[in-house]
Amino acid sequence: MKMNTELKQRVAVVGAGLTLFRRRMLDTPKELAWIAAKQALDDAGLTLKDVDAVVIGSAPDAFDGVHLKGEYLSEGAGGINKPTMRVYVGGATGVFTPIAGWWHVASGLFDTVLVVAEEKMSSAAKPHPQYVFRYIWDPIVEKPLDPNLIWIFAMEMHRYMNKYNIKKEDIALVSVKNKRNAVDHPSAQLPDPNITVEKVLSSETLVWPVQQLDISPVSDGAAALVLTSEKVARRVTDNPVWIDGVGFTLDTTHWTNRELAFPAYVRRAGEMAYKMAGINNPRREIDVAEVYDPFDYKELHHMEGLGLAGRGEAPRLTREGVTQRDGDLPINPSGGLLGVGNPIAAAGLMKVAEIYYQLSGKAGKRQVKKPVYTGLAQAWGDLMQAGTVIVMRNT
Amino acid sequence: MIHNALKQSIFSEYMPRVGIIGVGWFGFQPETSTYSFREMTYKAANRAYMDAGGLDPRKDIDAFVSSQEDFWEGISIADEFAPDQLGGAMRPVYTVAGDGLQGLASAYMMIRSGQFDVVAVESHAKPSDIETLGDIINMSMDPITMAPLRVRNPHALAALEARLYMHRTGATEEDLAHIVRAKRNAIKNPRASFAMNIGEDDYLGGEKILDPLRRLDVAPLIDAAIVIVLASEEAAGKFTDTPIWVRGVGWATETSQWELHDMEYPLHAATAARMAYKMAGIDDPQKSIQLAEIDNRYSFKELQFIEALGLSPRGEAVKLMRDGAFEPGGRLPINPSGGALGEGVPLEAHGLARLLYAVESLRGDQAPAETAVIHGWRGVPTTTSSVVVLGR
Amino acid sequence: MSKYLGTPLSEKDFEAVVKEAAKPSAKYRYTTGIALGRFLDELRRGRIIGTVCSHCRRVYVPPRIYCSHCFRELSEWVYVRDEGTIQTAVLTYISTTRERIEKPLVVGVIKLDLPEGYGDYAVDETFYPGVMHYICGATEDDVKSRRIFGKRVKAKWRSEKTGSVRDIECFEVIP
Repeated sequence: MKMNTELKQRVAVVGAGLTLFRRRMLDTPKELAWIAAKQALDDAGLTLKDVDAVVIGSAPDAFDGVHLKGEYLSEGAGGINKPTMRVYVGGATGVFTPIAGWWHVASGLFDTVLVVAEEKMSSAAKPHPQYVFRYIWDPIVEKPLDPNLIWIFAMEMHRYMNKYNIKKEDIALVSVKNKRNAVDHPSAQLPDPNITVEKVLSSETLVWPVQQLDISPVSDGAAALVLTSEKVARRVTDNPVWIDGVGFTLDTTHWTNRELAFPAYVRRAGEMAYKMAGINNPRREIDVAEVYDPFDYKELHHMEGLGLAGRGEAPRLTREGVTQRDGDLPINPSGGLLGVGNPIAAAGLMKVAEIYYQLSGKAGKRQVKKPVYTGLAQAWGDLMQAGTVIVMRNT
Repeated sequence: MIHNALKQSIFSEYMPRVGIIGVGWFGFQPETSTYSFREMTYKAANRAYMDAGGLDPRKDIDAFVSSQEDFWEGISIADEFAPDQLGGAMRPVYTVAGDGLQGLASAYMMIRSGQFDVVAVESHAKPSDIETLGDIINMSMDPITMAPLRVRNPHALAALEARLYMHRTGATEEDLAHIVRAKRNAIKNPRASFAMNIGEDDYLGGEKILDPLRRLDVAPLIDAAIVIVLASEEAAGKFTDTPIWVRGVGWATETSQWELHDMEYPLHAATAARMAYKMAGIDDPQKSIQLAEIDNRYSFKELQFIEALGLSPRGEAVKLMRDGAFEPGGRLPINPSGGALGEGVPLEAHGLARLLYAVESLRGDQAPAETAVIHGWRGVPTTTSSVVVLGR
Repeated sequence: MSKYLGTPLSEKDFEAVVKEAAKPSAKYRYTTGIALGRFLDELRRGRIIGTVCSHCRRVYVPPRIYCSHCFRELSEWVYVRDEGTIQTAVLTYISTTRERIEKPLVVGVIKLDLPEGYGDYAVDETFYPGVMHYICGATEDDVKSRRIFGKRVKAKWRSEKTGSVRDIECFEVIP
């Protein structure tokens, strides 16, 4: 008798936790991880004893200043004397960590998995955390040019603007929307109820076309989720949020050899997740989405990659208010990275947590207006290479 | 309290198995200056895919897992440099920041989820590119309680532990001298750069580098790249008649505070092994295992791991070793490859190096073992072990 | 009872509470290998070299010994002209350490022309041989207006070369 390998073990998110996201926090990386992990367990009504395995997500070790960071974080993340594994896909880590958590459960090996993401960028204090990004480049053909991380985003943003004739004003609308949305997020680092397009466009120019208020901040923070099998989910909660689709893709290392105006790697990751979740028309079937926004133009870029908008069309949807919380396709109701903060891996997991909150009706003032059944969280990473996507449902 | 994690239902006989269908490697030298790490990985990948029956990674492989750490690579977000040389450009690719056996465990779970059929796992090391190794290892220690001590030679942690282990168990330097058998056995291993035909007198006469450790007690680092291809039972059948089955996987971390870990009996290895044996349906490893490739990057650790992995009764590893129980012809051959002491340590690829040797043995023609256990640690100051049980 | 969510610090307080500071010494000698070793060597001679996959008809710059597209092993080399087209360009007002620099510099991605004899090889917006580099001979307005997109450029080589991507000083806009 052959087992039907397509038969899915349904995996649910039953709890979430977040620390504050701030430029500098007193708490150590382990303490940040613990705060989020404990909160997630409390939210789920579970304790560490119930946890079978731990998946840790954290991006460059250079930020926290600890090599083999997964080993270091295992304590704060609840991974002592348990199977603990760290996964890492650059900025896309925050959404990838629960994907890895998903197969920890879907494989049948574990019933309850704690997923913890942490970043303490303030530790890389001198000269500035951004200096760490000096080391993400190809050491032989790129680093000798003394590049700054913002260059690559600026180049992509400019290419995107040029290809689809997009104005900075429209892109700035994303920053405005998200920083305003962030006012209602308890962890938010840069909420701003009064921000306007004009303020964005008059902020310091760093690498044209990127200005200061186009960018998410450097942050310290942690986030955590509890994932369980269906059996456990039904026992601990009345409204589990199911992970119905996962997708991830890593494009070629050589970003100078390809089209930057469209994130094909996000599309591939999305297709993988949509296929698993049985979604044919994402624009119609996704009710709410957390789309990775380390820069404002990235929200638009990724919306198009995910098929939530046609190519070059995302600015129009934003202008028309479609992506507001009371719109037809709310995008980043949390406030995104631009508003809540960007402690890299924790930021992505914050977005997954937001979809969990939205789909379980726990988003409070951030709850989007329309009824929601299917949500999506996506992150991006590496040298314009990594796309990670999770599709969740509450039915 | 050791947490026992697994559900019973996965041991149903109808659950499809996961097998290893291809292996490939490159390097295993103290320095490979001709090829960059990416080129080394490409060569290993090519060999693995050919070994698997001629896989085209662009069509036949569903996902790729890379086990690497930024500070070994000298690149932040080393993941960026993973895909192309594996055939993974614009495919599902990710990095496990851990030992290659953890990457393999991850691939195993992916296949068991039913969503992936064929997954390639790679790990590589190029420590010859690292100029400030001691400083980097120092960075992995707790930044507040340990790193400020600026331990000049990180092997000192192993020496401390060895001293405590010997004090608690009564093991002597003569007992450690037995470890030269690993270096002697390694002479038959073409990948063993540090095989030596020496006797215990040579060992005892050798200089100490960090009391009680001598130079011969410590495995040097090497450059290497290893690629392993895993497949679901159904997919494996398309590519090979003789997959080596992954019967069990386990991994565990004991603590982040190195000072507090058990220096007599590595709990992390015991926990990981318990998980893997349970999955493999093994109650008594001493009876069921015919081959063990385990971490011996420090001589005394082999003794510790033999006991923690249940390969000898507790407290008897030394005696059984003296009796020849663990020799290639003995009751339970342990590290016939020579282990890390013979081959060297390719950083996070070490676990896969042990697995590689075991797979080759299990595929071998001369009365191969039926069931093997593979174990890897991650070196000081970590307290993490990964265990894999393989079967024919 | 409210949950503890962490303790934010001002910059001043952060400086006050930090008790352990360390500057890690993490140094590496990156092996260039076959492909980039030759690439750097040729740069020292004032030439840009790439590898070729005849099977899927792609020219790779920066070169590599494996085809990213079809995985074949590559052993065919070709000199690529040091001229190309600007795919994207930006103005940087900050240095690597995020300090402001006096005069903004132009950096961008240059799609290099296919060499003689490879004119029918794959090159479109989704794949092309190309590099990131500095661009000179362009004004701030050229960049902000995006007139610079699609402009033709040619490498300006330094007289003293060391075998580095900096042997090219910049790609100069061809007027």
